[in-house]
Amino acid sequence: MKIGVLLKQVPATDTQVRIADPSTGIATGDVKWTINPYDEFAVEEGLRLKEAGKATEVVLLTVGGKDVEQRIRDALAMGADRALRLEDPGFEGSDCLGLARILAAAIKAEGISLVLAGKQAIDGDNAQVPAMVAELLGWGHVGSVSKLEVDGAGFKAWRTSGGGSLDVVQGGFPAVLTADKGLNEPRYASLKGIMMAKKKAIDVKGAAALGLDASTVGAGAALVVDSAWTLPPQRPAGRILQGDNAARVKELVSLLRSEAKVI
Amino acid sequence: MGTGILVVAEFEGGHFKKTAYELLGKALELAGGGPVTAVAIGTDQAGDLGAYGASRVFVASGDRFAHYNPSTWVQALSAAISAADPAVVLAPASPACKDAFPRLSARLGAGYATEVTELRLDGGAVVGRRPQYAGKALSDVRVRSPLALFTVRPNSFPAPAAGAGSAELVALSVGQDPVEAATKVVATEASTAGVVDLTEADRIVSGGRSVKSKEGFDSLIRPLAAAAHATPGASRAAVDAGYAPHNEQVGQTGKVVNPSLYIACGISGAIQHLAGMRTSKVIVAINKDPEAPIFGLATYGIHGDIFEICPLLTQELKATLG
Repeated sequence: MKIGVLLKQVPATDTQVRIADPSTGIATGDVKWTINPYDEFAVEEGLRLKEAGKATEVVLLTVGGKDVEQRIRDALAMGADRALRLEDPGFEGSDCLGLARILAAAIKAEGISLVLAGKQAIDGDNAQVPAMVAELLGWGHVGSVSKLEVDGAGFKAWRTSGGGSLDVVQGGFPAVLTADKGLNEPRYASLKGIMMAKKKAIDVKGAAALGLDASTVGAGAALVVDSAWTLPPQRPAGRILQGDNAARVKELVSLLRSEAKVI
Repeated sequence: MGTGILVVAEFEGGHFKKTAYELLGKALELAGGGPVTAVAIGTDQAGDLGAYGASRVFVASGDRFAHYNPSTWVQALSAAISAADPAVVLAPASPACKDAFPRLSARLGAGYATEVTELRLDGGAVVGRRPQYAGKALSDVRVRSPLALFTVRPNSFPAPAAGAGSAELVALSVGQDPVEAATKVVATEASTAGVVDLTEADRIVSGGRSVKSKEGFDSLIRPLAAAAHATPGASRAAVDAGYAPHNEQVGQTGKVVNPSLYIACGISGAIQHLAGMRTSKVIVAINKDPEAPIFGLATYGIHGDIFEICPLLTQELKATLG
């Protein structure tokens, strides 16, 4: 079984976001980029399945320019076998559905039968692409998986379903599974892994190589468009309560009730 | 091209969720007299949705809907969309809808915007506003297809008062697709049964690393949450230290929450945490360090030791709320 892992680079979680231009989004000049944290769980799970003899190869797939190659190398250093970087001038400005079409075409061409991805990327927080890929391929999917068991015939996946409860979902391959926190603890790359990653192949493919109809991807095909970017509104200054502990606690409960009216 | 708005009314534990009413209220405001309809999965009743403005309620019920399955939901939602022919679909940003809507979008070729927190009319079109980077930035979002799909963060809009209307009940005939059999729920494990999910909670009490241990979390934060009739939450530091489980983490790599009341106990306010809770209506911060960034967001702050303040607050809330 060949595993494909969808990879995206995102600003590190401690990034202080600034708006570059309200029509285009955040300033990226001084951003430190990382692998999307949920994608790291997906990479780790793919590697564990391969090490357990349940998969033959772990292939990374990412849409983006040369600037994403360092993130690809980071995941190759963890142990992934090789990578596909999907780049084409016609891909630029794709919305989630456009990205899903690009990835679905590559997954099909590669003969992949299990796709692992993060449950969402922590930049746009869309949580759309993996399930769209499943729909486009006509496969089943299980989202937000925090525990996974795979045997020859299929899988059992524990899906977060709200209120702290988990659905245990049984299914077969091919399938798309998205990783939630708790699935595993991603490994750090070893020095040997980092050295080996330098020699691993990163193939670049565009629309023609994927057999994609260029009119279905890119900015022209995007159905969802963002604009009017701002930082969140400032909150009005709060009040620091004074007095001894008992007095402050009493005052707090009274304020919550009579002023804020939230209890 | 469709007109009006179709609302996904989630049904759980024998009643419609609060989000159903929040969305119907907003739909009435946006539809400008156009038809407002609802679709409910897993029930054969329209309940009181008519009193909140739904003229028709499409229902899909039976064994196939006993557990969430992305395929049956997409089939049912597609059937409701073809019957109601709306211009806009509004659904709660719940685990089920967030899971099903990407498939629905790809199947129908309809643009989908995730988890908006505001909706308004602009030149006849519904425009959303959504947090990105876990709320560190916001953008408008426009959908260019004739049918626009939105999921909406719970607690974004007030639930309206009930009126006198009633709804026509329409049972959907839901087709099957090959993907339905691809996955099947074989069991459900509840870790904290009966607790409102953080993403839908109206009150949250969160603890940080300064609870010092799992015992500290269990003896300070959980009783305070119970006394406040709130859902417990935790910072990433507390979760990584093993004081609370992953599903209780609030923040950029945990859950983004939107309650009326958020009480942060011993949480300094790392940027990733603030991103996940900054839209809370009222924020209370209790922390020993007066310089903690959490105080920059707090409506009410107490500079003090959580080991002294939290038990007192638990007692006071118990006395007040019962």
